[in-house]
Amino acid sequence: MVRDINTTGGILGRKVELLIEDDVCKPEIATNTAIKLVTEGVDIVLGHICSGATKAALGIYKDSKIIIMSPSCTNPALTQSGDYPNFFRTIASDDVQARLEVDFAIDVLKVKKIAVLHDKGDYGKGLAEFAKKYLKASDKAKLVLYEGVTPGAVDYSAVVQKIKHSGAEAVIFGGYHPEASKIIGQMRKKGMETVFISDDGVKDNTFIKVAGEYAEGVYATGPLDTSNNPMAIAAIEAHKNTYGSEPGAFFLNAYSASLCLLNAIQKAGSTDYDAVSRALRTEYVDTPLGKISFDERGDAIGAGFCMYQVQNGVYVEING
Amino acid sequence: MEYFLELVLGGLTRGSIYALIALGYTMVYGIIQLINFAHGEIYMIGAFTALIFTSVLTLLGFNEIAVIVLASLSAVIYSSAYGYTVEKIAYKPLRHASRLSPLISAIGMSIFLQNYVLLAQTSDFLPFPNLIPEFEFIKQYRHIISSSEIVILITTSTAMILLTFLIKFTRTGKAMRATAQDRNMAMLVGINVNRVISITFIIGSALAALGGVLIASHVGQINFYIGFIAGIKAFTAAVLGGIGSIPGAVLGALVLGLTESFATGYISSDYEDVFAFGLLVLILIFRPAGILGRATAKKV
Repeated sequence: MVRDINTTGGILGRKVELLIEDDVCKPEIATNTAIKLVTEGVDIVLGHICSGATKAALGIYKDSKIIIMSPSCTNPALTQSGDYPNFFRTIASDDVQARLEVDFAIDVLKVKKIAVLHDKGDYGKGLAEFAKKYLKASDKAKLVLYEGVTPGAVDYSAVVQKIKHSGAEAVIFGGYHPEASKIIGQMRKKGMETVFISDDGVKDNTFIKVAGEYAEGVYATGPLDTSNNPMAIAAIEAHKNTYGSEPGAFFLNAYSASLCLLNAIQKAGSTDYDAVSRALRTEYVDTPLGKISFDERGDAIGAGFCMYQVQNGVYVEING
Repeated sequence: MEYFLELVLGGLTRGSIYALIALGYTMVYGIIQLINFAHGEIYMIGAFTALIFTSVLTLLGFNEIAVIVLASLSAVIYSSAYGYTVEKIAYKPLRHASRLSPLISAIGMSIFLQNYVLLAQTSDFLPFPNLIPEFEFIKQYRHIISSSEIVILITTSTAMILLTFLIKFTRTGKAMRATAQDRNMAMLVGINVNRVISITFIIGSALAALGGVLIASHVGQINFYIGFIAGIKAFTAAVLGGIGSIPGAVLGALVLGLTESFATGYISSDYEDVFAFGLLVLILIFRPAGILGRATAKKV
């Protein structure tokens, strides 16, 4: 997309230049990445992908008055704490997902005993805390287990045994797909049929690829289905033509984020921090996710979530 | 009671994997007093090699048993070659340098190997096929122990027995013990110390590769970073048991695996690592050389 803009003359008479860095989703590396970008003099950052890494880098961008927009960070505190006025995102925050997961488990699946697990990370734990709060507030289901697992541990057999002995009918997991696929694999190998509900960190095709047959039947919340949005169709088509593969999980969010950012710069007439953030908060932009703008805290207005289930190896939207 | 048994078996399985890796740390330390931080990466490379070979062999239409055996064998050979090369490139030139230099070199090697696999393969998690079929006779007990756990326990015990035999009863083993006791003296009586060191690295790497293949098949996924945590835990196990001592490494690994399993099972998995490392601190306070380690007097 940036190439399209540049071939049609760039914006405000300047070409958009991309500096691409990989923080490998680790907070300690994200700070290095951020410092590198700041010293290279970037105007705007699109990213990062993981909430934990983003949180670590945010302070550096804030001090340098750089606007950062993430296509995928859903940790509520990033916007709700109010500490980072320079932060925006094109994805709804975790409390929305947690609410959806709990309501789905209680009202649609009608389970009575629920275990909540998380990966101790900013994203997973944040989500799990909300799920726990909503479960405690409800008298229709009981929270039987609340645990954090160590990401990257050699195996999870002890936790899996614990889930089994807690009698949970459903597990709500806050975290990313590597841990989710390990846990679900070990649960199924032990012959457990427990329902597994997770978040958009798991609603990724890599999860299905890695967990294989064990992924079948897993529920995960993810951004609203946009497959009928003409802009989305066009964007995905363009990606396929350029790179010859299906785009990744947060492609449309990232695409929308760049649309919003470039539009705001255009409207602001410069890359000035105050002008661009004002434009982001006032202008509505047509994106593949629908018409979106940003509220005071930096959350996108108009981007939502719904529930998906793995059926025959693909995520299918469920209307529940 | 059943819950207790499940936790014990889970802990033993995890401990066995730690043990396979910890042996490499402890053997190398025993002989050249070096903590080989690149050892976890050898374990990771073993898992990757097995994945590549499994895919290729399955495509070529080999049967299940042949795939398991050939893939594990290739992982072992490939990792051993890495272990051997790492020693030759990164440690041998520093043999007479101060003890800190090879240590830093080891950390460098670890970072290099991680990034090498990251670039050569992928940063994504890759699915690892379940190499071990579900045994029929175990089906009704699979909620307690799965067939891959049984295979891990059996393979590890067999490897330990073979290793003990090698060290206690063969000429090579004798040379290794002599080198561990006094390198200069061993050289004087005609032992080719460089060869002994190479053999030590090869054996350690082979065991780590075996651990890598077993655990990858058990949990069904790998990525370039798995060696780091497994390596740190195995290193902890080696220190816990007394670094330099072979039975100590195995004991330390099993104790660590069981502690983690019980901490998760009866308290909370949030504190899994707290208990594991808390135990390490406690043991080191009362037995600074580790459970089976011998305190050596140093001439001042």
